[in-house]
Amino acid sequence: MRIALFVTCFNDTLYPGTGKAVVTLLERLGHEVVFPTAQTCCGQMHYNTGYDRECGPLVRDFVKTFQSFDAIVVPSASCAGMIRENHPRVARTIGDEALVKKAGSTGSRVYELTELLIDVLGVEDVGAYFPHRVTYHPTCHSLRALGVGDRPLRLLRAVRGIDLVELPDAAECCGFGGTFALKNPDVSTAMGADKVARVRQTGAEVVCAADNSCLAHIGGLLSRLRTGVRTLHLAEILAATD
Amino acid sequence: MSTDQRAAGAARMPTYVGMPAFPEAARDAVRDTRLRRNLTHATTTIRAKRAAAVSELADWAELRETAKRIKDHTIEHLGHYLRLLEEQVTARGGIVHWARDAAEANRVVADLIKATGETDVVKVKSMATQEIGLNEALAAEGIRAHETDLAELIVQLGHDRPSHILVPAIHRGRAEIRDIFRREMPGAPDDLTDEPARLAEAAREHLRERFLKAKVAVSGVNFAVAETGSLVVVESEGNGRMCLTLPETLISVMGIEKVVPSWQDLEVFLQLLPRSSTAERMNPYTSVWSGATEGQTFHLVLVDNGRTATRDDEVGRQALRCIRCSACLNVCPVYQRAGGHAYGSPYPGPIGAILSPQLRGAGSPVDDSLPYASTLCGACYEVCPVAIDIPEVLVHLRSRAVHGRAEKAAMRFAAWTLRSPTRLAFGQRLAGTAGRMLGRRGGIRRLPGPLTRWTDTRDAPVPATETFREWWEKRS
Repeated sequence: MRIALFVTCFNDTLYPGTGKAVVTLLERLGHEVVFPTAQTCCGQMHYNTGYDRECGPLVRDFVKTFQSFDAIVVPSASCAGMIRENHPRVARTIGDEALVKKAGSTGSRVYELTELLIDVLGVEDVGAYFPHRVTYHPTCHSLRALGVGDRPLRLLRAVRGIDLVELPDAAECCGFGGTFALKNPDVSTAMGADKVARVRQTGAEVVCAADNSCLAHIGGLLSRLRTGVRTLHLAEILAATD
Repeated sequence: MSTDQRAAGAARMPTYVGMPAFPEAARDAVRDTRLRRNLTHATTTIRAKRAAAVSELADWAELRETAKRIKDHTIEHLGHYLRLLEEQVTARGGIVHWARDAAEANRVVADLIKATGETDVVKVKSMATQEIGLNEALAAEGIRAHETDLAELIVQLGHDRPSHILVPAIHRGRAEIRDIFRREMPGAPDDLTDEPARLAEAAREHLRERFLKAKVAVSGVNFAVAETGSLVVVESEGNGRMCLTLPETLISVMGIEKVVPSWQDLEVFLQLLPRSSTAERMNPYTSVWSGATEGQTFHLVLVDNGRTATRDDEVGRQALRCIRCSACLNVCPVYQRAGGHAYGSPYPGPIGAILSPQLRGAGSPVDDSLPYASTLCGACYEVCPVAIDIPEVLVHLRSRAVHGRAEKAAMRFAAWTLRSPTRLAFGQRLAGTAGRMLGRRGGIRRLPGPLTRWTDTRDAPVPATETFREWWEKRS
């Protein structure tokens, strides 16, 4: 299958390893990955912070870049959610009815990585090997906006060598929240500190999730505390082999 | 914001004028160990109980959808149902008053009490009277209002503010309550301990005397059934029923969105509310009265106080569906850490973050900051029994907010950069170089400017030496 990769501006700049892992993984499974170089950003930060008008051109560009593809994979649950849920809303706000339709149609072909693997490609065992103690944090957008359910866990359970441990109070938000982390740093850090305490309780060497933005927050705290616990995007575990 | 707007805001929720913005107020709360413990214990307990109570009903999703439809329909035809309610209450001997805002409502209630010649009134727990600052307004006229709900009594005796919709004293532990009772409650026993049974007994003794003496009571209203002019109050203690039935004059204050068309509609909410708020299948006391009861004078005060303006907003109006159950507070990770006082309103938590700025019309530091007092995690929407999409309204209110000049410039510049792959690539190279200068192997320990708010507590990731798009170009 020919799959377009929307890597997201955040991963492109700060976590290119996640994008590479998606390419490695999908090619290993026998699929063709294309990266339309005109892509930039889904507009999530602007939209969530109250700058929906500034989002208009970003939505238009996204649709133009990706509308011809049958499957678009996004290694970020919150960006996938932004595209599917909010791109049509933005188009409506700027009064572009044609764009509302196109954004809806393009959005219906957008998949978060674990949705693509399980629902479209029909695989659970992706042939990965990762001999570490790992815990999984279901980010709010994967859990409540996209409703990915146990897909990530099904994929992780099939990884050889993995010691997967359950994260207590997993469904609770880590406190990142985009610009919330800067606008409300005290509450954000208090929430993150509790999340980090839970992670450490599991004895995991690695905490993984479907969103590097949440992981940047959790990882930033883990690193400041010199815990030695590493954050890793789910894709990088699924791409790993011996 | 103009002086007029500020005055209008003050007229709507007078006791909360001058509250600091949410982030400042929350800063103290997250450092308060006792508050953290009380809140974490209380909210996690009720959260689990609610989930169990809700899971008992196979048709919960359907009930929720029906409740949403009923509320939306009623709010759409609000004028019609309010006139019907007035007609029915009047036909059954009640007297209906209309109040545009808090100041008008307080005036009406004060005048009604004065006309009875009384200076003391008993109160049933009521959010509407908290919202309009009735107790303070009455005090200014020489009238003492005595709260009779146990938690409201604790708040009142402690010269405190409520911090939760259902459990206004949720921020207080048992020992604190014992100290407040000993200090402030006339006739509290000297050997009072912090055992819940002893505390309840002391409050019962104290309140019983008030009920027997009271000639006038003030209540709120949970639901008003338009077709028969019936008012409904649900509660757990029975103290509300004492107030509703014993005094000679009953004055009920209700927000105009509390009306429901029929008894059939009411049935839906009487299933949703107790399970969502106290995790009970049915609330212990449900009092219903239609118009005036024999031997009692009944006044109904209908309060707008920003509701019509809220109704005019197509996205924001869903906040008017709220039945004040508190489920959203109990699941909110932000509320759990910041506590209720930081929200600067009797309506704290997620619902407060969308309701207060709409009712008060924004413009104050706290109201401007409330739409941002959320990570948009969506836990509130998931549990809301009337399906208010709180994250959607929060983002909507953010889009109408007045943004700071520096932030606006930064966001515009970011949008401009992100609109072109070439500019983005240039920006990435720049950020990469700067980041690698600032950062050591593990991460960046200190970022400049407003970004210190990130690095004060967290390391920041160092941009990679090669972006994904650079890697891709080399590869192909």
